[in-house]
Amino acid sequence: MSSSVETRTSIVWDYAPAPESVDHVRLEDRYGLFVDGEFRDPSDGGYVSTINPATEDRLADVAYGGPEDVIAAIQSARAAAPKWAALRPLERAKYLFRVARLIQERSRELAVVETMDGGKPLRESRDVDVPLAAAHFFHYAGWADKLRYGVNAREVEPLGVVGQIVPWNFPLLMAAWKLAPALACGNVAVLKPAETTPLTALLLAEICQEAELPPGVVTILPGDGATGAALVRADGIDKVAFTGSTAVGRDIQAALAGTGTPLTLELGGKSANIVFEDAALDQAVEGIVNGIFFNQGHVCCAGSRLLIQESVRDEVVAKLWQRMRRLRLGDPLDKNTDVGAINSAEQLERIEVLVAAGEQEGASRRTVACELPERGYWFAPTLFTDVSPAHRIAVEEIFGPVVSVLTFRTQAEAIEKANNSRYGLAAGIWTDKGSKAFEVASALKAGVIWQNTYNHFDPTAAFGGYKESGFGREGGPAGLRPYLRVVR
Amino acid sequence: MNTRLQVRKTYKLWIGGAFVRSESGRYDEAHGFNFPRASRKDVRDAVQAARKAAGPWAARTAYNRGQILYRAAEALESRGDGIGVTREEREAAVDVLLHYAGWTDKIAPVLGGVNPVAAPFLSFSVPEPTGVVGIVAPDEPALLGLIAELGPALAGGNVCVSVLSENNPLPGLDLAEALGVSDVPAGVVNLLSGRRRELAGALGAHRDLGAIVDAAGDRELSAELDRLAAETIKRVRHGDPATSYEDATTDALERLNAVTELKTAWHPVGA
Repeated sequence: MSSSVETRTSIVWDYAPAPESVDHVRLEDRYGLFVDGEFRDPSDGGYVSTINPATEDRLADVAYGGPEDVIAAIQSARAAAPKWAALRPLERAKYLFRVARLIQERSRELAVVETMDGGKPLRESRDVDVPLAAAHFFHYAGWADKLRYGVNAREVEPLGVVGQIVPWNFPLLMAAWKLAPALACGNVAVLKPAETTPLTALLLAEICQEAELPPGVVTILPGDGATGAALVRADGIDKVAFTGSTAVGRDIQAALAGTGTPLTLELGGKSANIVFEDAALDQAVEGIVNGIFFNQGHVCCAGSRLLIQESVRDEVVAKLWQRMRRLRLGDPLDKNTDVGAINSAEQLERIEVLVAAGEQEGASRRTVACELPERGYWFAPTLFTDVSPAHRIAVEEIFGPVVSVLTFRTQAEAIEKANNSRYGLAAGIWTDKGSKAFEVASALKAGVIWQNTYNHFDPTAAFGGYKESGFGREGGPAGLRPYLRVVR
Repeated sequence: MNTRLQVRKTYKLWIGGAFVRSESGRYDEAHGFNFPRASRKDVRDAVQAARKAAGPWAARTAYNRGQILYRAAEALESRGDGIGVTREEREAAVDVLLHYAGWTDKIAPVLGGVNPVAAPFLSFSVPEPTGVVGIVAPDEPALLGLIAELGPALAGGNVCVSVLSENNPLPGLDLAEALGVSDVPAGVVNLLSGRRRELAGALGAHRDLGAIVDAAGDRELSAELDRLAAETIKRVRHGDPATSYEDATTDALERLNAVTELKTAWHPVGA
């Protein structure tokens, strides 16, 4: 165990600053709603500033869709739907291939804007968010003229106008996860980006223009929760897809009760990352760090419950703490930064409340003592030990750089503890024994299982949750089904 | 004159493999027979029995589950025409059960597969049962409409609690006897007769249910089930009553998809 002195030691590495240049980024001063192929002023929604959470500087003003704007947006989408659905599938594919290519061409700009608007390290937006977004469009473009092969030779048709709401943790990537399969299947989409991170979705709207996508096929309707609530309840929406919190997902499911509108939900998680005594421990520690500190822990599948076998508990915690103290927190645009800014003041408060609850309930807290920038929203990487399964920090989704350590003695106990959650999004397993890894993987009630790795995503691999983590899958052929109606 | 007195059947609920009266002691009458009017407590008991059976049923091999469902089809075939069921309906029900018996070891290759990810990993997706499935069976056809929902749920490795036809529950209760003498393990199927709205409401509100399959065709009830499902983010499928073999099998994939989860696993290659 580390002494109390050691727990507050900061390690300052002598890294020269390596900030990414923002010269090439061309942000407009204000962005309208993207409706009918063009940016327009809201009729009843107004403009709200979006800020950089690392500096609290204003980046641009963004239109919010009001109730009338939602109706107008759906009308324009409805008008575009028949032609898009009737388009020769290969032509639909070509549009999506164009979008994929344009994302690649503008990848540097998109990565920088993603980091400025959301606070995530540039290393992540550049190496994960943007390339995966392009890959999703590329993958689903290829499905557009092969839909029957994805649904076992059944005859299918699109659903019509889909309403999609995406979260603030992977703004561009989640927009790609939603739009690419919907459009490939012949639907048109009205997408609401998150309140705090609308910019890359609006750049994607520009890309739709550049790709000469027919007006109305993609509508981008920035706004807050009220806009989203209006969108999912509006007449003329034929399908709803939502990624976000379980609380909002529950509201949407209840709101759609009795309407027959198909729904897919990708919600919260409290994923278990299980370290067995026979794991390669140094490799596991890297995986634990990636599992919980990737994107400041703003990840629905974050490995926030660390289950360590008792025999290696002290060793793993010591190694993890050593590693955590070397994480670099700071300017998200710096290419050496590991942990960026918390996405918003609201999210920071939520993290602080839950961390305080962890301390009050008796868990032992260690927070890396690094210098926090004066402006912006920050939370240093935090480790809780002596956590009981009933503590709030072991039950509730924190959505921040906070990991809770629990222990187990036997494999059966590990499985039981891992499954003891109302969530079931993801899990990690660390062991060098293949048969054990597969046995545990099959016993875990979670939609994604990473064995000796964590937080990998791919357009060909289905992603989605069990239990209260939602239903429906994104990625691969399973990702087509929510956007198709089987006719025969 | 020698008249033989009929040995009348005492119809019972089927919970956890046992033929039981409703804990409430209530009963209703159909075709001159009394049958139990199950209570909310019976629903909870049935879900509890189902939960107990869920793990072992899911852990059986797909081949074994297929054999058990085939055996159930045999048992149903060999029963005479029951009360409230035409020969055509019973035969269609047997055929549907047979159809789904053959699905057990085809669901994984059809709904899952290896994902060609752009990184050095073996990534694959496999369908898994969602757990305990609540079924609300239609009034008519009482047997076929029930089997059309039980078949895919069981083939997918789920266990079921079903609310039977309200106005004609006898075929469903008779089915318990056929399943009871086949190899379906106790608790894998639980069958409850009674007032649909009362029982379906209790079933839909149960927090230990993974999915609801609603084939009752009652719009008001459907909306209520949707609302109840939102509480714990249950999967819900609404369907029209299946009235033929084709109805019950043409959309097999959707029926199976509604009661399965897809699990994606990643394993490093070479690291």
